Amino acid sequence: MTYRIVHYINQFFAGIGGEEKAGTGPESKDGAIGPGMAFKAAFGSEAEIVGTVICGDGYFAENMDGASEKILKMISDFSPDAVIAGPAFNAGRYGTACGAVSEAVSKKLGIPVVTGMYPENPGVDMYRKGIYIVETSDSARGIKDAVPAMAKLIMKLLRAEPVGSPADEGYIERGVRVNCFQDKIGAERAVDMLVKKLKGEEFRTEYPMPVFDRVAPAEPIKDMKNAVIALVTSGGIVPKGNPDHIEASSATKYGTYSIAGVQSADEVAYATAHGGYDPTYANTDPNRVLPIDVLREMEKNGEFKKLYDYFFTTVGNGTPVANAKKFGTEIGARLKKDGVDAVILTST
Amino acid sequence: MKLELMKVIVKSVSWGDRTEILKDGTLKVNKKELLEHVSDEENLKSIDAEIALPGESVRITPVKDAIQPRYKVEGGGQVFPGMVSDVESVGEGKTIVLEGAAVITCGRIVGFQEGIVDMSGKGAEYTPFSKTCNVVLVFEPKEGIEVYAYEKACRLAGLKAAMYLAKCVHEAGVTPDKTETFEIPPFARSMKEFPGLPKVAYLYMLQTQGLLHDTYVYGVDAKRILPTIIHPNETMDGAIVSGNCVSACDKNSTYVHQNNPVIRSLYERHGKDINFVGVIITNENVTLADKRRSSSFAVKIAKMFGVDGVVISEEGFGNPDADLIMNCRRAEKAGVKTVLITDEYAGRDGASQSLADAAQEADAVVTAGNANMIIDLSPMEKVIGFTEYVNVIAGGFDGSLKPDGSIEVELQAITGATCELGFNKLGAETW
Repeated sequence: MTYRIVHYINQFFAGIGGEEKAGTGPESKDGAIGPGMAFKAAFGSEAEIVGTVICGDGYFAENMDGASEKILKMISDFSPDAVIAGPAFNAGRYGTACGAVSEAVSKKLGIPVVTGMYPENPGVDMYRKGIYIVETSDSARGIKDAVPAMAKLIMKLLRAEPVGSPADEGYIERGVRVNCFQDKIGAERAVDMLVKKLKGEEFRTEYPMPVFDRVAPAEPIKDMKNAVIALVTSGGIVPKGNPDHIEASSATKYGTYSIAGVQSADEVAYATAHGGYDPTYANTDPNRVLPIDVLREMEKNGEFKKLYDYFFTTVGNGTPVANAKKFGTEIGARLKKDGVDAVILTST
Repeated sequence: MKLELMKVIVKSVSWGDRTEILKDGTLKVNKKELLEHVSDEENLKSIDAEIALPGESVRITPVKDAIQPRYKVEGGGQVFPGMVSDVESVGEGKTIVLEGAAVITCGRIVGFQEGIVDMSGKGAEYTPFSKTCNVVLVFEPKEGIEVYAYEKACRLAGLKAAMYLAKCVHEAGVTPDKTETFEIPPFARSMKEFPGLPKVAYLYMLQTQGLLHDTYVYGVDAKRILPTIIHPNETMDGAIVSGNCVSACDKNSTYVHQNNPVIRSLYERHGKDINFVGVIITNENVTLADKRRSSSFAVKIAKMFGVDGVVISEEGFGNPDADLIMNCRRAEKAGVKTVLITDEYAGRDGASQSLADAAQEADAVVTAGNANMIIDLSPMEKVIGFTEYVNVIAGGFDGSLKPDGSIEVELQAITGATCELGFNKLGAETW
């Protein structure tokens, strides 16, 4: 079968004109145009450029959302199997447009997409996490190398073949950690690295340290007697039976459970789903991790106004930071919406 | 201190009338005698033994520990001191090693939290124990037994079995296939040796977060130690044993403590590129004061050695990332250059940051791989142990165990897959 491919390019590569025509709005043409001819040659009979969608760089930059939507519609009208965008080389606005269109294609149409840029193109930093951007030279002179690399990658994606490393495939790092078997065991690699470090020779760390978010603590509660307090835990306390199947490690979800009227997190109704600590003490008395009993007492004594009617719970054990961040953002939004003043966050 | 490891190569295991090694490298094991030797009627309702060989369609789960059979035939003390032997110091003399064999312990421990060892297929590529000829002990606890007592009973039975096998082979008469010698002289001499070569120590972090996260040194719970010096040879005689199996991918089994690859690699470069002067063991306790105390104390020992560099290996992830980074930062501040060995929890898609703590000083890191990676394990013809826990072990999730017996889990559940002693070739790259 011949795969159907749509090509996205700007007004310059479509032969409409330079900067003076950058305001050109989106338009769609059948078949290949400009650099599309080179792709056509590279694909041979395996794939065909069924259409080209064009947009002026200035127009796109000024109408990003609207332009994206129109372009996406034009692309999907061709019923393509895949999309290629650019290459944009070092053209900043063109790179941004190629990145945005590619990301939209990937997310909304769910079909393979490849673009190409020079590593310093601002579009690279904005979009490389979500899409494959083939590394190109800084000017259109590099088209001869860019086209075969982009064509090869999109064909791999179309055939659902495994995509290799950035070095092997020619795309720019997406920041994804991938397991690979190395030539030597880890201990030998470590000692090699130490010897180099001690000699002052160049060495390459296998994991460059990330930069962490720092969250400034909120202002303290001034009027405790009128405060609504919520309980949130990463200690894995759940209603017994773990109804939402929160994982013992690497949690992909959190649970929200009503505690309206509940006086104590007793061992009959609650247990921990956490796989990273000795569960004996938590299961004997789940209040140790989710202190509903003490908070009810304080609520009764008027030390604060009300214990919020729900608690949120997840397992903080090997849980990727990205998941934790997502849970935190959602839980925080819900607490804020429901007028909660403060949270007691218990860990283990 | 000088230790000779007399290695007997084991190429297969089978049951027989007498426990001995045959000329063709087959380890014959008298099953009845083995089971009698490790029996513990007070705590265990039953113990059974099975054999699992490389390439077989066999799955073992939940795996608690793996132990290499060793037995001391010369020098003070005996293997696994303070656990199944007296407390005398080890690391000198001669020790018989059944290379290529392992004892694997398996059973319900607290109900979940143990590893998987596949002897063939995709999972076998990731665990070191698909390459060893295994005698597997399967435990059933006595009803009503306290989990702590049960855990201890399983741990001791595994050590006893490993010592029994090597002892019997020795007593039946055996000529080792090869002998390896490990020697580092006393400090007064070692410090003056190899002038011009940088002095290097190994900062060996031991997991000590609590039940199923414990490590024992000469029988002492490592939670209760101050960081201390240990001769590298002592580890080869089983001075450090595992008491843990939670998130089995990056917990050090007793086997990898006995065969610590960092110690081996440092020995290999000793006298050539570095002067390997010693090993500092430290723990990974859970409170901040404990972390600071141990980190400060361990780095102080490195300073007293006057070393130029250290390799630091972590055990576990998350909470211990804080210990790892603290050790790194303090050492670098003290002018001791560091290389760290860790593994990663970068999410199933690899897009998350990998560690729970980080520092600019940690500029030289070796990774043992992303433990969140999903792996599909095909069904096996035979299962040793119990697969019903697969959905709730660390690394499993609802639906991990399929009706046909295949398993979809994170690498986290595979015993030893991302060992942070750098036992394997697995690593990770940014793509």
